[in-house]
Amino acid sequence: MSAWKDKENDPRLEGIASAIRVVPNFPKPGIMFKDITTLLLDPNAFKNTIDLFVERYSGKGIDAVAGNAKVIGFTASQSQWPFRTFNGVEARGFIFGPPIALAIGAKFIPLRKPRKLPGEVISEKYILEYGSDCLEMHIGAVQPGEHALVVDDLVATGGTLCAAINLLERAGAQVVECACVIELPELKGRQKLNGKPLYVLIESH
Amino acid sequence: MSSFSFPFLRNLALPLRSLSPRLSLPLPRLISLYLPSSRLRFHGVSTRLMASLERKHRIAEIASSIRVIPDFPKPGVMFQDITTLLLDPKAFGDAVELFVERYRDQRISVVAGVEARGFIFGPPIALAIGAKFVPLRKPKKLPGEVISEEYLLEYGADKIEMHVGAVQPTDRAIVIDDLIATGGTLRAAVKLLERVGAEVVECACVIELPELKGREKLGDIPLFVLVNGA
Repeated sequence: MSAWKDKENDPRLEGIASAIRVVPNFPKPGIMFKDITTLLLDPNAFKNTIDLFVERYSGKGIDAVAGNAKVIGFTASQSQWPFRTFNGVEARGFIFGPPIALAIGAKFIPLRKPRKLPGEVISEKYILEYGSDCLEMHIGAVQPGEHALVVDDLVATGGTLCAAINLLERAGAQVVECACVIELPELKGRQKLNGKPLYVLIESH
Repeated sequence: MSSFSFPFLRNLALPLRSLSPRLSLPLPRLISLYLPSSRLRFHGVSTRLMASLERKHRIAEIASSIRVIPDFPKPGVMFQDITTLLLDPKAFGDAVELFVERYRDQRISVVAGVEARGFIFGPPIALAIGAKFVPLRKPKKLPGEVISEEYLLEYGADKIEMHVGAVQPTDRAIVIDDLIATGGTLRAAVKLLERVGAEVVECACVIELPELKGREKLGDIPLFVLVNGA
């Protein structure tokens, strides 16, 4: 489900999309990086972003919002088909998750790279184009039967979201939906989510 | 406040302790169960007192929701883990609100958050006070043009970076992180903002480790914290 398909009906979406800048050749040549930091410099657009998610999830019995600390995969220029995936930068999922959690009265659960969370954790390995990586969650962060959302700034190949879903479900939670600001549809991340629905604000082609 | 009302409030302490299920109520509400509001007004228990008690109660709840993990990341370190605060929506909301109350009328235009746990507290504060959120990151994470500030660690050095153009000389900024220890990272953050001409109004953290004297490293820049991790 994508708010973008309906963008004529919600003027906030254009404002959000135009606040996101594209940085060419980052982190590697040929990659057109979608940089959300410029969205954060526009208090109105940032607030609208959060409001769009809060409107969707408020009052829906969400107990927990899990924020991803890792993004893998970036869009590449047309000349680089098939798209490369790269280790992404950590922590941007922390920016959108907490404001949504606070507004809907849910707890916020950070999901992190190995060895960042203190205390007991469970780990989920996921495959990258070259090698693999791991996402961790605290034991006890979520209880069996709780309803959870996974929030991230961008979904590309869906690998990180899939790892997040697995972590939550292994702990007995029910993942209701994944929510991202931006989707790169050509990378088909939507299909990687174990059948979980994905809601995005903006599609970037 | 009249001296008459003090002993009255002290005498309330005994029955309060014996009624633990009710302790989950906010203190002012708790007090009002035992003191009809007309008597409260008569004895001059001011709303400022109530607000102060409420604030202390909120801070106590925040402090008790932070867990300490021994020997992380290395033996001998008692790690202050705020993730348990984030699992308590009321305590997390109260922590954010305490910062928002402090800064909402201070014409703050930038909330700078230090990676990564500063990213959890900074954005909700920025959103509530209508300021920009500026992430300060480890090297090579921010795309595009950046400025860097190096800072010393116990062994070696590290760097944090900020986007060129994110902050203007007319900006009034606060710097947010979850915890201040030696103050090295926060001082580097302050320097980044001052180098682009912004005014750093204050640094704000959930937790301070006072023995590490981070406050002194900040020089003239005031520091506001919610709890001491002693």
